[in-house]
Amino acid sequence: MNVNKSLLPLINPLSKDNPVIVQVLGICSALAVTAKLEPALVMTISVTAVLALANVIISLLRNTIPTSIRIIVQLVVVAALVVIVDQVLKAWNYEVSKALSVFIGLIITNCIIMGRLEAFAMSNRPWASFLDGIGNGLGYGIILVIVAFFRELLGSGTLFGCQVIPQWCYEHGYQNNGMMILPPMALITVACIIWVHRSRNKDLQE
Amino acid sequence: MENLNLFIRSIFVDNMIFAYFLGMCSFLAVSKNVKTAFGLGVAVSFVLIIALPVTWCINQYILVPGALSWLGEEYAETDLSFLGLIMFISVIAALVQILEMAIEKYSPSLYSSLGIFLPLIAVNCAILGAVLFMQQREFTNAWTATVYGAGSGIGWLLAITCLAAIRERLAYSQIPAPLRGIGITFIITGLMGIAFMSFLGIKL
Repeated sequence: MNVNKSLLPLINPLSKDNPVIVQVLGICSALAVTAKLEPALVMTISVTAVLALANVIISLLRNTIPTSIRIIVQLVVVAALVVIVDQVLKAWNYEVSKALSVFIGLIITNCIIMGRLEAFAMSNRPWASFLDGIGNGLGYGIILVIVAFFRELLGSGTLFGCQVIPQWCYEHGYQNNGMMILPPMALITVACIIWVHRSRNKDLQE
Repeated sequence: MENLNLFIRSIFVDNMIFAYFLGMCSFLAVSKNVKTAFGLGVAVSFVLIIALPVTWCINQYILVPGALSWLGEEYAETDLSFLGLIMFISVIAALVQILEMAIEKYSPSLYSSLGIFLPLIAVNCAILGAVLFMQQREFTNAWTATVYGAGSGIGWLLAITCLAAIRERLAYSQIPAPLRGIGITFIITGLMGIAFMSFLGIKL
């Protein structure tokens, strides 16, 4: 594939350098909010917004931050952004905000954000950092949506809360797999994604 | 009795790893051998045990609506709860910094074996998660919060030590190439989670 080099930070994290299944960052939230599609999407949008903005801010400040206190500076910037997201979400969609409960606050400690700030924003220009933030946010979102799709479809027979599996299936003895709703199945679903992804990208295998 | 119940429940039923997936990043990264995993588990438990009562007091006397009334009548209406996240993360970061200095002074060997993961406890979601759950559950006193912190910490310690022990054995098994490394670790964590679910409903 021949793409413009400046767009690489946006494209790489989608598959080859995916934050969740290749860099193994941000697992906590990726697994906990994926029982339904809607919270998964809200989480994706929140993380992408925080990540892109934090990347730009840190990238602008990168030459003025002393190395010895950089973790604290980064945490404060991220925490401020997360507080804004939290308040917006509470005002705009209180139900989803309740469903995500502590996980919005936990965006602060989401390793994707700290990881990208350290690895990319501290050494790159603002525009590239912005693209990197969007790319990693979307790469994280893809995994979240795939996991949530299977868990909601197989676990409750719905997508976005609408019934997808028709009634006559249930009349002929089909049952929702209650297992899929439970937390451990999220891990096993991600493991399946990793399996498929690594068998297609041989160079990632250990 | 109430507290004992909370303690047991936070170790087994509401386990940070298997019920809430908190602290997964370091859980997956540091579980390659039992000794380091145990050291990190102890450090995390320690931070939790101190962080919970401290943040409980901050929450109770500074943050909740009307908490500032001890300052005088005119502050009785103040609601600072939106500052929660920033306050908590700073307390945790400060505690980790102190712990790091203490370990470096008193046990240099543990300090060098934990390496980079010691400062990273500050961004371990298990700790901020426990603090936020504490805020959400509205514990009535600091002692209950401490018990909850101790339980969550020991639960995390137990989980990471078990996983490390299993991974040490895994080195000798035949695993399909695409699943090697991180893939199989996810599956094992999932199976351990299912096993831990058998504790569901325990009540003392």
